[in-house]
Amino acid sequence: MVQINNAIRKLDKGALPVWYEIPLGGTLVSEGSTEYKTGGWRTKRPIWDPEDCSHCLICWIYCPEMAIQVKDGKITGIDTTLCKGCGICAQECPRDKAMTMAEGGDY
Amino acid sequence: MASLRELSQKEVLFTGGHRLCAGCPAPIVVKQALLAAPRAPIIVQPTCCLEISSAVFPYTAWKTPYYHNAFENAAAVASGIEAAVKALKKRGKLDAGKDYYIICIGGDGGTYDIGFQALSGMLERGHRVLYICYDNGAYMNTGIQRSGATPYGAWTTTSHVGEAQKGKQQHRKDLAWIAAAHGAYVANASLHNWRDFMRKVEKALNYEGSSFINIQAPCPRGWRFPENMTVEIARLGTETCFYPLFEVEDRGQKWVINYTPKNKLPITEYLKPQGRFAHFFQKDNEYLIEEFQAEVDRRWEHLQRLAKMSAE
Repeated sequence: MVQINNAIRKLDKGALPVWYEIPLGGTLVSEGSTEYKTGGWRTKRPIWDPEDCSHCLICWIYCPEMAIQVKDGKITGIDTTLCKGCGICAQECPRDKAMTMAEGGDY
Repeated sequence: MASLRELSQKEVLFTGGHRLCAGCPAPIVVKQALLAAPRAPIIVQPTCCLEISSAVFPYTAWKTPYYHNAFENAAAVASGIEAAVKALKKRGKLDAGKDYYIICIGGDGGTYDIGFQALSGMLERGHRVLYICYDNGAYMNTGIQRSGATPYGAWTTTSHVGEAQKGKQQHRKDLAWIAAAHGAYVANASLHNWRDFMRKVEKALNYEGSSFINIQAPCPRGWRFPENMTVEIARLGTETCFYPLFEVEDRGQKWVINYTPKNKLPITEYLKPQGRFAHFFQKDNEYLIEEFQAEVDRRWEHLQRLAKMSAE
C-alpha cells in the first residue's frame, strides 16, 4: 500500500494524506495556523501611516488576528495575509491618521 | 505590570489564521491571557466558538499544550490534569521545582449552563486551575441561542421578540457571585481594560487554589453591532456598571471594586448600539429599559455595599 501511495505522490503533489500518515487520536501537530490565509475575508482594509503613528501599541493588544507586526517595540506593518479587516485597530487608535480604514479588501 | 512595549517583545502563543469572525473578542482575550502567563500554560477547552475555530484539523492556532474535551467536563478534565501534574512531580517524571499553569477557557454556554457542575466541583475541590469564561451572553457557536448569561430582554434565536414576549424574560445569572461562594479567587474583567485583566490573570495563576475570571466579550455577530465596535461596547458595558470590574479574595470575604466610573452612564448608552436590544426603543417598550436599569442599579449597589463592608 505504501508503494502505491508513493507512486500516486510522484504523480500528484497535492494528494491528500492517507490514513497511516494522519497522526493518531486526532492530534494536531501543526505549528500555528498562519498558513491558512484569512486575508481573503476582508472587505475593508486598514491603512497604517508610519508618519503619524506614535507606536503606543494599542492596536497590537486589541488586534484579534495578531496581524499587527511589531519589532523592538515599534510597529513595522500589517500582515495582510491574516487581517480580516474588522477595523478595531482604526476604531481604538488614539490618533486621527495613524490607522484608518479604506473600502475594498485588496491592497 | 509590564508596559505594552515590554509585552510586545514576548511571543504571542496564539497565532492568526484561526476561523473566528472578524472582530471576535475571543482571540483578544486569549492573547491578553497568554501574555500575562509567566510561561506556556496547558490549555483545556470545552466546545465553544474558540475551540471549533482555532483547532480545525490539521491546523491549530495554539502554540501551547492543548486539550479539547466535551462541553460539560472542561473543568473536570482540567482538575485531572492538575492532579496528574502533581502525581508526576512526586514520581520525579516532571521537574518538581517548576510551576505548571493550567488554564481552562470556555464560553458562557459551557460555563454558566452545561459545564456548571464540573466547574462547581473543581472550585470546591480547590484544584490549582484558572478558569476563564469569555462571556458573550449566548450560545454563539450554534447560532445565538439564549444561555444563563443572556441579559434581560435580549433577542436571541430562542428568545423571540413579538407580541407574546419581548426577548429573554429572565435576568442574567451572576456566575462570579456563585463562584465567589465556593471560596475561590474570583474576578470580573473586561477586554477593553487589558491592564486590569492581565493583572488578574497573573494573580490567579499564582494563587494557591482555584480561580475563576469572568470576562466580558462582546460578540459582533450575536449582539448585532458593527465588528469594529467590539472594544468600545465592552467599555460602555463597564461605564454603565452593567459589567463592573471587581475581584473577590480571602475565600469570598474581601470584595474589591477595581474600577468605579466617574460618571455612571445611563444603560441606554450600552443598549442603543446593539441590534439585539433594538425593540427596547420601540413604542410602548420603555418599561424594558426601566426594568433593565433597575436591575443594573440593584446589582451595582449590592456590590458597592459588599466592597464597603469588606473594607471596614
